[in-house]
Amino acid sequence: MLILCPNCGDRDLSEFSYVGDATVQRPNPPEARPEDWQSFVYHRQNPRGPHRELWQHNGGCRLILEVTRNTLTHEIVGTKVAGPQRAGSGT
Amino acid sequence: MARFSAWAVAKNALSGNRNWTSQWRKPDPKPSYDVIIIGGGGHGLATAFYLAKEHGIHNVAVVEKGWIGGGNVGRNTTIVRSNYELRPNALFYEHSLKLWEGLSQVLNYNVMFSQRGVLYLAHSPGELDAHATRGNAMRLHGIDAELLDRDAVARFVPQLDMSDHTRFPIVGGLLQPRAGTARHDAIAWGYARAADQLGIDILENCEVTGFLKKGDTVTGIQTTRGDISAPKIGVAVAGSTSEVLRKAGVDNLPIESHVLQAFVSEALKPVLNTVVIGAGGHFYMSQSDKGGLVYGGELDKYNSYAQRGNLPIVEDVHTMMLALCPQFAKLRLLRHWGGIMDMSMDGSPIITKGPLPGLYLNAGWCYGGFKATPASGWCFAHTIANDAPHALNAPFTLDRFNTGYTIDEGGSGPFPRLQ
Ligand SMILES: Cc1cc2nc3c(=O)[nH]c(=O)nc-3n(C[C@H](O)[C@H](O)[C@H](O)COP(=O)(O)OP(=O)(O)OC[C@H]3O[C@@H](n4cnc5c(N)ncnc54)[C@H](O)[C@@H]3O)c2cc1C
Ligand SMILES: [Zn+2]
Repeated sequence: MLILCPNCGDRDLSEFSYVGDATVQRPNPPEARPEDWQSFVYHRQNPRGPHRELWQHNGGCRLILEVTRNTLTHEIVGTKVAGPQRAGSGT
Repeated sequence: MARFSAWAVAKNALSGNRNWTSQWRKPDPKPSYDVIIIGGGGHGLATAFYLAKEHGIHNVAVVEKGWIGGGNVGRNTTIVRSNYELRPNALFYEHSLKLWEGLSQVLNYNVMFSQRGVLYLAHSPGELDAHATRGNAMRLHGIDAELLDRDAVARFVPQLDMSDHTRFPIVGGLLQPRAGTARHDAIAWGYARAADQLGIDILENCEVTGFLKKGDTVTGIQTTRGDISAPKIGVAVAGSTSEVLRKAGVDNLPIESHVLQAFVSEALKPVLNTVVIGAGGHFYMSQSDKGGLVYGGELDKYNSYAQRGNLPIVEDVHTMMLALCPQFAKLRLLRHWGGIMDMSMDGSPIITKGPLPGLYLNAGWCYGGFKATPASGWCFAHTIANDAPHALNAPFTLDRFNTGYTIDEGGSGPFPRLQ
């Protein structure tokens, strides 16, 4: 599997480490209810198909990427640098 | 259907083995059953068998989208053990091991359970201390465990590289003598045949595509072979748990699906007399009765529903194997595949009533569900029949993640890929 890093280009899977599901939202402490924390920590959609997930290119530029990958075919349909400041950059 | 016996083997040999009949019927679905079990893997079939045998519930269908034995039950590395430290796990897996010990007789099917021992290597004094702790916990739960020093390991497994300069020097190990391996297909076929003989319908090529509901209550299933209704529906679909329950409107399970790879070498004469688990627990191997080395390592560590993995793990697994047994470098890899694991958030299973009225859930087996098959079916059948868990599976609830009673054997936290 190759992952396209917006910074470094197509790189081998072994240069990356998996951070996890990118769709879970960390609750905002002042208003968060216990159920919000439960969902954040434990509940996952776990789809068979396109999945938005975080990978760190720690064998390269060390950026954390948001990758959309098909969990059935391993096809990667998009990557961008994760995080609010850089959202939308990359491919 | 005829029982298997030495007499039956001899009799059929005389007639050229032309008169064996098929192992289970191929019935058409009935419109309704008392219980439907979704998933014809080891756990689903065992559940159906124990529903009939222990609870007298015979009007049961097992609904399987493919063929019997095509899922993880036919894809695993067949290690059976009960060397757990936490009490719920220790009691549950030891119950399973006890069921394994009598299983060939109970099923009238040779499951080739071979108690050749499982040896966890220790590569540092610290790891040996941790093994001692685990061994003590096991013995307190009445489970067999022996701490081996370096010399005892060398005598027990002559194939290991015991020199000091290897990547993983061996300082000792923890042996569970009653643990071992079994024949994976035999478990699927043995439970299927025995369940069928008790009147259970095994419906192959029957994929569940949706659920019939009255309000929140699940009353039946939609399948590629038509609608079937039942007041009680058990789900035991391993890696497909999230996808199947989503069809019932449940999409917040503490489960991720991950791929685990397995490897078999070409056959060779007997070289390995036990199961060796080493390199910090990340590598395991045994030798099958056909002669091939059966081995594997860790998950690929990203969500996956592809029943094949990637190359870094292939390299990783073989690096560990050669660090322990350099002489295996000359072997050729014969077969290699992957299976989809239902990884739970604490590494322990879920066997429970719910999450909706009419539904029962059996999931979260991670990479340890083969050894659990008998106890899983036994406890799930009890839960379905009595609408309440047995003491052995009472801790394996779904809401333990909300109440703080997680059972995290590895101490890894809520990260399925690390369990
Ligand atoms: C490579 C590998 C190595 C392993 N090694 C070990 C080991 O050494 N020791 C150990 O204890 N465990 C091991 N395991 C884990 C063990 O194999 C599993 O935990 C266990 O087999 C899961 O339970 P099962 O047998 O019921 O699953 P499966 O056999 O996967 O059964 C689930 C069934 O559900 C069916 N299904 C899915 N969706 C639907 C649908 N919509 N409708 C109808 N049916 C459906 C599937 O087709 C499948 O047959 C290993 C697993 C793998 C992949
Ligand atoms: Zn990069």
